[in-house]
Amino acid sequence: MPTGLLNGGGSLNMKDMTATILKRIGHSVITLFVISILIFIGVEALPGDLAESILGQNALPETVEAFRKELKLDLPPHVRYISWLGDFVQGDMGRSLSNHRPITDLIGWRLSNTLFLAAVAAMVAVPLAIILGILTALYRNTLFDRIVSMVSLSAISFPEFFIAYILIALLSVKLSLFPSIATMDGQMSLMDKLYTIVLPCLTLTMVVLAHMMRQTRAAIINVLATPYIEMALLKGVSRLRVVVVHAFPNALSPVINVVALNMAYLVAGVVIVEVVFVYPGLGQLLVDSVAKRDLPVVQASGLIFASVYIGLNLIADLLSIASNPRLRNPR
Amino acid sequence: MIDLKQSTSPLSTDSISRRKFLKQMSALGLSMAVLPGMFPGSAQAAGPQKGGRFRMGMGGSHTTDSLNTQTIADQFEIHTNYALRNNLVEVDHKGEAIPELAESWDVSSDAVRWMFDLRQGVEFHNGKTLDAEDVIYSIRHHMGPDSKSGAKGLVDQIDDIRADGKNRVIFTLKGGNADFPYIMNDYHLSIVPAGTTGNQWEKGIGTGGYTLEEWEPGVRTFLKRNPNYFKQGRAHFDEVEMLGINDVNARTNALKTGRIDYMNQAELKTVRLLKRMPGIEIMKTSGGFHFTLPMLTDISPFDNNDARLALKHAIDREEIVKQVLRGYGTVGNDHPIQKDHPFFAADIPQRQYDPDKAKFHLKKAGLTDQTFPLHTSDLNSIYLDMATLFKEHGRKAGLKIQLIKEPADGYWSNVWTKKPFCNSHWAARPTADMMFSLAYTSQGKWNESHLKSARLDELVKAARAELDPAKRRAAYAECQMIIHNEGGTIVPCFKDYVEAATTKVQHGPISGLLETDAHRAAERWWFA
Repeated sequence: MPTGLLNGGGSLNMKDMTATILKRIGHSVITLFVISILIFIGVEALPGDLAESILGQNALPETVEAFRKELKLDLPPHVRYISWLGDFVQGDMGRSLSNHRPITDLIGWRLSNTLFLAAVAAMVAVPLAIILGILTALYRNTLFDRIVSMVSLSAISFPEFFIAYILIALLSVKLSLFPSIATMDGQMSLMDKLYTIVLPCLTLTMVVLAHMMRQTRAAIINVLATPYIEMALLKGVSRLRVVVVHAFPNALSPVINVVALNMAYLVAGVVIVEVVFVYPGLGQLLVDSVAKRDLPVVQASGLIFASVYIGLNLIADLLSIASNPRLRNPR
Repeated sequence: MIDLKQSTSPLSTDSISRRKFLKQMSALGLSMAVLPGMFPGSAQAAGPQKGGRFRMGMGGSHTTDSLNTQTIADQFEIHTNYALRNNLVEVDHKGEAIPELAESWDVSSDAVRWMFDLRQGVEFHNGKTLDAEDVIYSIRHHMGPDSKSGAKGLVDQIDDIRADGKNRVIFTLKGGNADFPYIMNDYHLSIVPAGTTGNQWEKGIGTGGYTLEEWEPGVRTFLKRNPNYFKQGRAHFDEVEMLGINDVNARTNALKTGRIDYMNQAELKTVRLLKRMPGIEIMKTSGGFHFTLPMLTDISPFDNNDARLALKHAIDREEIVKQVLRGYGTVGNDHPIQKDHPFFAADIPQRQYDPDKAKFHLKKAGLTDQTFPLHTSDLNSIYLDMATLFKEHGRKAGLKIQLIKEPADGYWSNVWTKKPFCNSHWAARPTADMMFSLAYTSQGKWNESHLKSARLDELVKAARAELDPAKRRAAYAECQMIIHNEGGTIVPCFKDYVEAATTKVQHGPISGLLETDAHRAAERWWFA
C-alpha cells in the first residue's frame, strides 16, 4: 500500500532530487534578482525621496539638494542600482541612508526576533491545526466539527488588529495576565521572551489556524472517499487508524503546501501584529524604511522576505515530492 | 490648610494654560504669605526626589531616526537629543530664555552682535571640556552651502561666528535680531564636541543630564543619569527608558497596565475614558501649535482678498475645536499668535462663522459659482476631519469646497506651498518674530500662502532689531491685524498637547513650546 514517507516504499532517487534542488536554487537566484529590480523601481516610483521625507516641513530647496548630493541620490537610477548590486553581490549590504548604521546590524536582531516569533507561533499553530483537521475529518458534520470550524473561521475573518486588541483588553488590561506590549531587549532569558510574546503568538495562531486546519480536513475527506479506504474499513480497521495511518499520509502534499504558505506569512506578513504589540521585528523596519525611502534597507528586508517565501516553497515542494511516490519515481 | 499637591493638580489635569498657572501660583504665594506658620516641613518634601527608572512610551518614533542634529525632526529623536545634549540657551516654561551652556550673553545696541559667555568647567560625556570651538563647530554644522540641516532657515541669518578666547563666542548677524538667544534653544542647535562626524553622531555625546547606554532608533533609548551633570536640581531619574510606540492604542494600554509611566499624544477620542482610570493624570498643555489652511495669494482665485475673506468667514472654528479637537484647543483668529502669548493682540475682534458675510464677499469677488478644491491628507489625523467639517460649513454659506485627498508621502514637497489651497500645521515657535518671518514675510523660507505685504515685511524687520518691548508689541499687533485682514491663511484653531502619566510622575509647570514639556521631561520631571 502506498503510504508515502511512513514505510519508505520505493527507492528515493537522490540524483534526481539533487538536480531538482539545484535547478530550483538557480531559478530562485533569478527570481531574487528580478525582485530586487522590482523593489528598486517601486521605491523610485513613489513620490518624494529620503531627503524630502526626512526634512519634511523643514525642507528648503538647497538643503534637499545638499542632502541628495551627500547620499548620491542625484545620480541617475540605473547607476545607483548597479552600484548597490555590485556591493550586494560581494556580500556588502551597505548602510542605512538615514542613520548610517550598517544594515547587517540593523537587520540582524530584528530578523532573529521575527524568526523567533514566527517559530513559536508555528510550533503552536501547525500541530494544533493538523490535529484539529484530523479530528474534524474524523468527526465530520458533528457538533464538534461545526463548532471548531465556526470558531476558527470567525478568527480568520476578523482583522488581526481586532483580535489583538480584544486579547489585550481581556488578558492584559482586565486580567493582567500578560504584558500588552512585547518589547524585547538583550538581557531577557528565554522564559521571559516566551512570556512577553504570549499575546502576539496567540493572535497569530488564531489568524493562521483556520486555513491549515480546513485544508487538512478537506484533504483527508478527499482521500477518505477513495476505494482503498473503503477496503480498509471493510476489513475492519478502526476509523481513527484509517484516518491517521492510511488517509493522512496521502493527504500530506496539499497540507505541506498550505503549512509552508502560512509559515511564510508568519515571517513576512505580520507587520500589523508587530505594530500593535510594539514588537521589534523586520516588518516594522521595512514599513518605516519604505516611508522614508531608505532604499538599501528596503532592498535588504524585501529580499529576506522574498527568500523566505522562495525557500519555504522549495522545501514544501521537495517534501511533497518525497511524500508522494508517484512524484518521487517519475516514469 | 493648603496642600501643595492639591493646589497644583488642577493645573496639570485640566487646563494648564500659563496664565492660569500663574494665577494659581500667585494665589498659593499669597496664602503662603498669610499663613506661614501653617506650613510644616512638607513643602520641602514636595520638591524633586532623585531616583527611579522613568519609562516613556513615545509616538513619533521611526527606525530611521538619527542623532545627527541636522536631521532631528520627530518626538523620539528630539527627546533623546535634549536628554543627552544641552544648548547655549534654554527656553523655560514661561517662554523666557534662560542660561544653559551660555552663562550669560550680551548684545550690541543694533542687535547684530551677540556675545555668549560659556559656562566654565562643563564636561562632555567623553571627558572633554566644553569650549568655544565646540559651540562654533556645532552651529557651523548647520550652515554653509552643503548643509542639509532642518535648521538652515534659522541659521542663515548668521553672518559669522568666532571665538573670543576659550569661553566666549561672538555671533555677527546679517541683520539685527533681538530674539537671537531663543533661536539657540532650537533642538537642532545642540552642542556636541568639535569634530563629531559620521557614525559618532549616533553615540550621542553631549553635556546633558543623561548618558546614552542603548540606542535602537525608533525602538528603544536607554539612558543613565550623568553623575557629572553641571546643572543642580535637574535630571532626577537614575534611568530613563524610552520606547517607540507609534500605535496610540498600544501606548494607552501600556500606560494602563503599568508598563510605562508616561505617554505622549493621547487619543482625543478616548481620553475621557483614560481620565476615569485611577492613578492616571491627563496633562493638557496649551501652546502655539496651530493648524492652518493656506491659500496661495498669488494664484487665482485667491489673489482676490474677497475670495480669501469669504472662506475665512465660512468656517465654524468653535465647532472644529469642539468636534475635531474634542475641546482640547482654542479657536484661532486667522493669525499665528496664540491667546496666552505676550504679544497677542487682544483688540482684534474674533472672526466668527458668518455665512452671510461669506456670501457677500463671494458675490463681491464674482465667484458665486466657483468650486474651491481643498487639498488634504491623512498625514495628520486632524486634517481630514477638519476639511470635512469645513466643507459642510462652506455649503451652508453657498460655498463649494471640494476635498482632494493627497498621499501623506511627499505632502510637504508636492502639495504644501504648491497647491492653491491645502491643510497645514505649525509647531509653536519660541518668538513671534520666528513665526512671522518664517511663514508670513515675502522673504520667509516657508511662506505657505505666498503672502507679499511690504508693510508686514517692514514691520517684522524693524521689530526684529527693536529692543524696546513696547514698540515691538505695537509692531506685532499690526502684523497680526494685517495677516488677519489681508493674509492668505485661515487659522481655525490652536491645539493643546494632551499627554498622560501615572500620578507617580511629578512635574512643575509644563511648557507648551513642544510636546513632552518642550521635550525636557527627562530633565525636569521626577518621581514622587
